[in-house]
Amino acid sequence: MMIFEAILLTIITAATPLLLAAIGEVVVERSGVLNLGVEGMMIMGAATGFAVAILTGSSLLGVMAGLFAGMAMSLLFAALVLGLAANQVASGLALTIFGLGLSGLVGFPFVGAKREAMAHLYLPYLSDLPFFGRVIFGQDPLVYIAFALALAVALIIGRTRAGLVLRAVGENHHSAHALGHNVRQVRLLAILFGGACAGLAGAYLSLVYTPFWTPGMTAGRGWIALAIVVFASWRAGRAVIGAYLFGGVSILQLHAQGFGLGVPAQALAALPYLTTIIVLFALSRLPRGSSRAPACLGQPFLPAR
Amino acid sequence: MRLTLERRTQAGMWASLASPILAVVLTLVFGALLFSLIGIPPLAALTVYFLSPLADLWALEELTVKAAPLILIALGLAPCYLSNNWNIGAEGQLVMGAVAGSAVAIATHGQGHGSYIVWLMLAAGVLGGAAYGLIPAVLKARFGVSEILTSLMLVYVADLLLDYLVRGPWRDPKGFNFPTSVSFGLEARLPGLSETGRLHPGFFLMLLAVALLAFMLARTLKGFEIRLVGEAPRAARFGGFDDKRLTLFVFALSGALAGLAGIIEVAGPIGNLQPTISPGYGFTAIIVAFLGRLNPFGILIAGFFLALTFIGGENAQIALRLPLDVTRVFQGLLLFFVLACDTLILYRLRVTREGAPA
Amino acid sequence: MTGVGTQDSGDQPLLAASAISKRYGSLLANDAIDLAIRPGEIHALLGENGAGKSTLVKILYGLIAPDSGQIIWQGAPLVLSGPAEARHHGIAMVFQHFSLFDTLSVVENVALALPPEPVAALSERVYRVSREYGLDLEPGREVWRLSVGERQRIEIVRCLMQNPKLLILDEPTSVLSPTETSGLFRTLEAIRGEGRSVLYISHKLEEVRVLCRSATVLRHGRKVASCDPSRESAASLARMMVGEDIHDVQVKPHRGDGAERLGVRQLNLASPDPHGTSLVDVSFSVRAGEIVGIAGVAGNGQDELFSALSGEVSSLPETVCIDGQAVGAKGIVARRELGAAFIPEERLGHGAAPGFTLSENVLVSQHGKQGFVRRGVLDRAALRDCLAAIRQRFDVRAGEIDPPARALSGGNLQKFIVGRDIMGAPRLVIVAQPTWGVDAGAAAFLRQSLVDLAEQSGAVLVISQDLDELFELSDRIAVLSRGRLSPALPRGQQTRESIGLMMGEAMREVAHAPHA
Repeated sequence: MMIFEAILLTIITAATPLLLAAIGEVVVERSGVLNLGVEGMMIMGAATGFAVAILTGSSLLGVMAGLFAGMAMSLLFAALVLGLAANQVASGLALTIFGLGLSGLVGFPFVGAKREAMAHLYLPYLSDLPFFGRVIFGQDPLVYIAFALALAVALIIGRTRAGLVLRAVGENHHSAHALGHNVRQVRLLAILFGGACAGLAGAYLSLVYTPFWTPGMTAGRGWIALAIVVFASWRAGRAVIGAYLFGGVSILQLHAQGFGLGVPAQALAALPYLTTIIVLFALSRLPRGSSRAPACLGQPFLPAR
Repeated sequence: MRLTLERRTQAGMWASLASPILAVVLTLVFGALLFSLIGIPPLAALTVYFLSPLADLWALEELTVKAAPLILIALGLAPCYLSNNWNIGAEGQLVMGAVAGSAVAIATHGQGHGSYIVWLMLAAGVLGGAAYGLIPAVLKARFGVSEILTSLMLVYVADLLLDYLVRGPWRDPKGFNFPTSVSFGLEARLPGLSETGRLHPGFFLMLLAVALLAFMLARTLKGFEIRLVGEAPRAARFGGFDDKRLTLFVFALSGALAGLAGIIEVAGPIGNLQPTISPGYGFTAIIVAFLGRLNPFGILIAGFFLALTFIGGENAQIALRLPLDVTRVFQGLLLFFVLACDTLILYRLRVTREGAPA
Repeated sequence: MTGVGTQDSGDQPLLAASAISKRYGSLLANDAIDLAIRPGEIHALLGENGAGKSTLVKILYGLIAPDSGQIIWQGAPLVLSGPAEARHHGIAMVFQHFSLFDTLSVVENVALALPPEPVAALSERVYRVSREYGLDLEPGREVWRLSVGERQRIEIVRCLMQNPKLLILDEPTSVLSPTETSGLFRTLEAIRGEGRSVLYISHKLEEVRVLCRSATVLRHGRKVASCDPSRESAASLARMMVGEDIHDVQVKPHRGDGAERLGVRQLNLASPDPHGTSLVDVSFSVRAGEIVGIAGVAGNGQDELFSALSGEVSSLPETVCIDGQAVGAKGIVARRELGAAFIPEERLGHGAAPGFTLSENVLVSQHGKQGFVRRGVLDRAALRDCLAAIRQRFDVRAGEIDPPARALSGGNLQKFIVGRDIMGAPRLVIVAQPTWGVDAGAAAFLRQSLVDLAEQSGAVLVISQDLDELFELSDRIAVLSRGRLSPALPRGQQTRESIGLMMGEAMREVAHAPHA
């Protein structure tokens, strides 16, 4: 029982950053923008969040700093792809390269610094319940925030006017513009939300998951989050499943390494990446009904004036 | 007042030349700002970064050593990007080229073969890189899987495979438990061409590749097809060109060139297989390709410029105690500005007053 | 003067635009245009394709900012920052290419154009308004499941629910069958009866004569006349629109006893586009020396038919035969080698690559021909020579010797594309919308080129939405409707009405009729 509880708890910690980043990117891509810079925004969130938490001693301030760092990065991206109609794929790559470099600078003085992981929720009695107590009532606040965000985004996209406008902009930006919706404003807000989520995901890595700073610590999680968005067919609810699937794979391979199954550690470490490829391939074999990408995904929008 | 972008009917010649130069200048200005922000005299820092690598013969040789793989890889990426195939996994293809080529070296190690071994290694490197590049290409062409994600994921897989090989089956038994392969024999090394031994024939292979790619893109039907598929995919289908076969072709080509770069690194400057054989050439080459405006001659120049940032970064680490990440910051900034300036080629910026009628 | 219920505003126009100008590069799309629309009238904006109608109405709707000029709306100057502001003032617009969202439902599409309101209440209102104007709609349906006519109804209902004072319709009947068109006219009369104004953009003279009591005529970006169309003849309106007398195409009566050049037998093809139209049991033939026309409203399988004939989409081998050879499974290059030429509807992006120069665009469809490519290497001089020959013979006018395709006007680009593909005197030509968006002079020239080709015993298939064009050119005409093709009957045995009927519903009987 103890081992399963331990595995489940680590899966939740591994899945949460993936979920946060994927939720943000779902919103971004639903607006018709492909931001490949998740990795860069995430690692800036990790570095900045950790640095501020060390300097101020406050986890909350650290988390907020991570969030704003992600947003600031996404603003750069927005300037390029919305302001200058630059190629979205290349701009996203630039954001990732830039973020990996800048995070190294920001985090440089803090390499080797240590601090306590963020406090977990503790509810008397409930959190002490066997097994489910800690899993359900004893997590850190961001786990709950991630779930709440997924639920909120699913509801907003599906049920509200704001969500309808978001979908419309991603589906046909010319029509949305002709109806008087401000395409670039909607996209700017979506990109900023995506940046905030990615920054939050990064802060989670350096403040909860490890909790310390090492350069390059996101290790491709931003890219896996992008794959989760495809896996989830651009739906926030399904992103939860995707995040826990990938979180599960990355944790199980760690445990499998611990058991020493005679399989090279590197083969197990490659599992999350191979899983991504296999899942994307398997998805392509399924009949595509409502799971199409937004029609304007990746296309620059330039109103003729 | 509002700024609007207006599409040009024809790309201005001057803009095509001015845009990369403007991007470099802006990168230097912002770099200087960044340095003064973290309390380092900007001029001194820029000197270390961009002038010290040009200071002496040794440094210039080192520049060619660093530029060769960047240019080789970027040459392969250009046809990919021109035809809307987003291969961002050149780093992995480089590693697999190095692994495939090294397999030849390790299998024949110490058996007294002649110098034809190194040529076999180059061929194996080319094939290894091409085969690895074909994986995302097949997934895209046959099954419609996004090549962006798969090609990138395969980088991690290649890195882990290399790690496994040098720590496991290929580890040098006499290597004091260091995770490296045997040091390659002379028959498996590219000969040094200068006193320091740094300049190697890979540099001339790279120049040959520039000429071949330039000819292919500008003068052949294949080059025309590549540009047409990127510019107007439907017109390409109307012309009878098969975009799926082209995806396989450009990925195989770029994998081959990245693989060649990988095996040149291992058979040239490095001399054996190690857990890390590239400081991120495969990713930096993306910037080289864009800064060179996807033109082989442009890439030749851009490759040297980005090689500067690698060497400058190493120098700055020693002279200014700056982390190597500064190099990446520069590279990221540069790509930002290249993309921003490219807008000026395709569009004319127009300032209009709100509501316009005048 | 028709001014019903306009006593309050007297002669004051609802909208008066003066001296509107808009320049795109070297093209002056609107050159000091004046336009006045009175309350409660259906005002026609007449002009050929490319005369500047669309630009003008986009300016009135705030989509484009004019370079100069002024709009007076209900007596006060109006400067539009965007469509939202136009709608706020009571200006609504139905677009030629609809501004709908395929994956959203009817009511969601309407909701996007209105201030926020609960979906249930809105569905109710959509239902009520659509009934009121005789525009049947199911609020919950997704748009991609609907026909083109139904999609237009969504647009109109969406506009009406904003309670507009001025409703702009851009070429509304270009996508409608004759039956649907008369339904639309009844709706527009009802709208006018409520004191609203309609700006009706068209180049179809008969429609305008029936529907409108005032008109503004544009030519080459300038206003050239204003008139009461009901007092003009179609000929006099045409003269205002076109300016000069256009040479009639010289057509010789019935040809086509030659050998079968194109044979299509029981072609069934699922559309690759999930929102497209699949072809069902299409059979017909085209003989040497004849022109066969395929009529039909857009979206009834024209794109799919063209792709199947050209080989851009492959089918079963025997379903398409060129000169008796089964080519259904062969690609477009193999079909060109058999002497076929193809001219697609979309010029920029399909027939030509916008950013490539004309000489490079020669290569797009001619790279299989001798002399342009030797061992994989391009002969650019040969391409330039070929371009020069095309430009001379087909009168392609452009500022430079070898400009990018994007820089050409619609008519000149079409002349280039047609010239490129029929220079080598092909045995079979398949062309979609040969004169779409082309000025009258170029259109006549292009039609004459096709007729000449048939005279020299070529076989020509014309897929067009323009009935006038088909009656002028074709020896036989068939109708494509919902992916099914009617028998191709000689022109003399058909009337506009009989074809119009087939364009609409009555396809069940003809689907089983013997094939031509």
